[in-house]
Amino acid sequence: MSISETFAKAKSEDRAVLIGCMPAGFPTVDHSIEQMIAMHEAGCDVIEVELPYSDPVMDGPVIQKASDIALANGVRTRDTLKIIEAVASAGATVVLMTYWNPIEKYGVDAFARDLAAAGATGLITPDLIPDEAAEWIAASDRHRIDRTFLVAPSSTDERIRMTLENCRGFVYATALMGVTGARTSVSSQAPDLVARIRAVDPELPIGVGLGVGNGRQAAEVAAFADGVIVGSALIRSVLEAPDRATALTDLRALSAELADGVRTGR
Amino acid sequence: MSVESLPDLAGHFGRYGGRFVPEALIKALDELDAAYRSAKADPEFQARFQDLLLNYAGVPSLLYRATRLSEALGADVWLKREDLNHTGAHKVRNVLGQALLAKRMGKPRVIAETGAGQHGVASATAAALLDLECVVYMGETDTQRQALNVARMRMLGATVIPVTNGSRTLKDALNEALRDWVSTVDTTHYLLGTAAGPHPFPELVRDFVGGIGVEARAQSLEQIGRLPDAVAACVGGGSNAIGIFHAFVPDAGVRLYGFEAGGDGVATGRHAASITGGSVGVLHGNRTYLLQDDDGQTIESHSISAGLDYPGVGPEHAWLHDAGRAVYEPVTDAEAMAAFQLLCRTEGIIPAIESAHALAGAAKIAPRLREELGRTPTIVVNLSGRGDKDVHTAGAYFGILDQAETLVPGENT
Repeated sequence: MSISETFAKAKSEDRAVLIGCMPAGFPTVDHSIEQMIAMHEAGCDVIEVELPYSDPVMDGPVIQKASDIALANGVRTRDTLKIIEAVASAGATVVLMTYWNPIEKYGVDAFARDLAAAGATGLITPDLIPDEAAEWIAASDRHRIDRTFLVAPSSTDERIRMTLENCRGFVYATALMGVTGARTSVSSQAPDLVARIRAVDPELPIGVGLGVGNGRQAAEVAAFADGVIVGSALIRSVLEAPDRATALTDLRALSAELADGVRTGR
Repeated sequence: MSVESLPDLAGHFGRYGGRFVPEALIKALDELDAAYRSAKADPEFQARFQDLLLNYAGVPSLLYRATRLSEALGADVWLKREDLNHTGAHKVRNVLGQALLAKRMGKPRVIAETGAGQHGVASATAAALLDLECVVYMGETDTQRQALNVARMRMLGATVIPVTNGSRTLKDALNEALRDWVSTVDTTHYLLGTAAGPHPFPELVRDFVGGIGVEARAQSLEQIGRLPDAVAACVGGGSNAIGIFHAFVPDAGVRLYGFEAGGDGVATGRHAASITGGSVGVLHGNRTYLLQDDDGQTIESHSISAGLDYPGVGPEHAWLHDAGRAVYEPVTDAEAMAAFQLLCRTEGIIPAIESAHALAGAAKIAPRLREELGRTPTIVVNLSGRGDKDVHTAGAYFGILDQAETLVPGENT
């Protein structure tokens, strides 16, 4: 299912989409595939695969640690594409999140082509703003990859408008001024940012990320957003598990809790 | 477009530079850009900046004819004595400019990243002087090899946070500073330490340190009677080099040489030579040359000099390299340390190990220029910093510390 179809389906069910994030190759290629499929089966509507990167400036300690582990275990860009293929084949809607340099190194057009061939429907670019994205916009148009850029509470209305014009699929609203990582409470800036986005474009689905870690928070965000993005809390359940079986059990349990959350918020 | 008029309004030097950062930072960068443009045009701001440089930092620094070094190298070597500035390096120019800018923007807190500790010390100094809160991020590896500078920063009232991610060096300190900034941007100015990062930093830092070249050019005309044949500087992120190069860029007869940290040798893979041993990519907010693997993952850099131990380089250097206006070459640890010792013994000046790379480079180009010109070449070397902070590293390198001293870094320096 494409991102747009996924959001449309959730809307018809009067609920928000749950987007669960997991770094590719964390802790190993096979285990990350297993984790992503478990998340999908337990209720994540979209699997956001994060390509591990050496300098993830938008990420807090949990994702940094998971990325470091994946890289230390030798994950390569081509492994990430294989992981996407496996997870998409299992029926999940897959988007990739990556810092820009690995794509530039791979070759922008070749990456868009191979990403589409692997079955991903979209790409989230945390450090690529539309102002610098001419090459990506052309390549993603050619290979029909949805583009998700970020907007932040600090974004001016003019920048929100410009960013939305360049997005396709959904826009990523960063709920607070900060890096990824679960917080004890949901940011009070998020509803305001979502309202500002809707005022510019009432149609484009809005995913809200940063700081959501449990079902209650997912429900809170689902009350005003189209999608709830959860990363660090899911990853932490793998990082903190004493063994594989527990990791998968905990991951399924948290995914299910979050999936309940996005259904009870409205 | 001529080299001197770069960057364009979006911060591009040809294909280099730009802004590759999370959207959350764009507003702060736009505000910084606007504040900088208005400060640049404000005579009061400029007067305050010049006053601090002159009466506080000891600028303009001397252009010193190094007679005994000249004999040793077979060139007429002049040293731009940035090591004599307050805090011991060119960095003071940048931090005073940016700290004044922070005040102007009404931001009470500054954060900085530091490698060798020079920029951290300079930032802590400017923050103390201008009554700003200061937090410095420093890779844990660097806090160990530059313990004296950590103590200096703390004495000046700064908080030093050792960074334990990744390679625990300058690049990771920069990542951590960016993460801090994303969360604190309303109250905090990121006092970036080199002419790299997202626009407008490469331009702004270049302009604040650009006095080095303006002074060196005027001093050359006055003291030498003409412009030098070559200007040499070390290049890590590249602020001291762009600072001395910029005023000479329009002077076609002046060769510009940037010497990168070659570590164990570029061929060994253990180096910090982004231009001569790296490739084009995006790191820390700008497109430039960097050390990366086939997947675009940053490769750890290696250098005996903490201040050059960085896997990227400022975008204007990338542009000057491609345009052929400046020449970049690697200098190994061993070559730099030989030059370090030579300057100590011939001139009674202990240079920063960073600056020793520029001296070693001058030694390399001297015979080439002599042949090319058919006469003794005149070379201006940017002596960007003093070596007090490196006494422990150099003492250990040359084996002139006894066992007890080796165990207590910095205590007797």
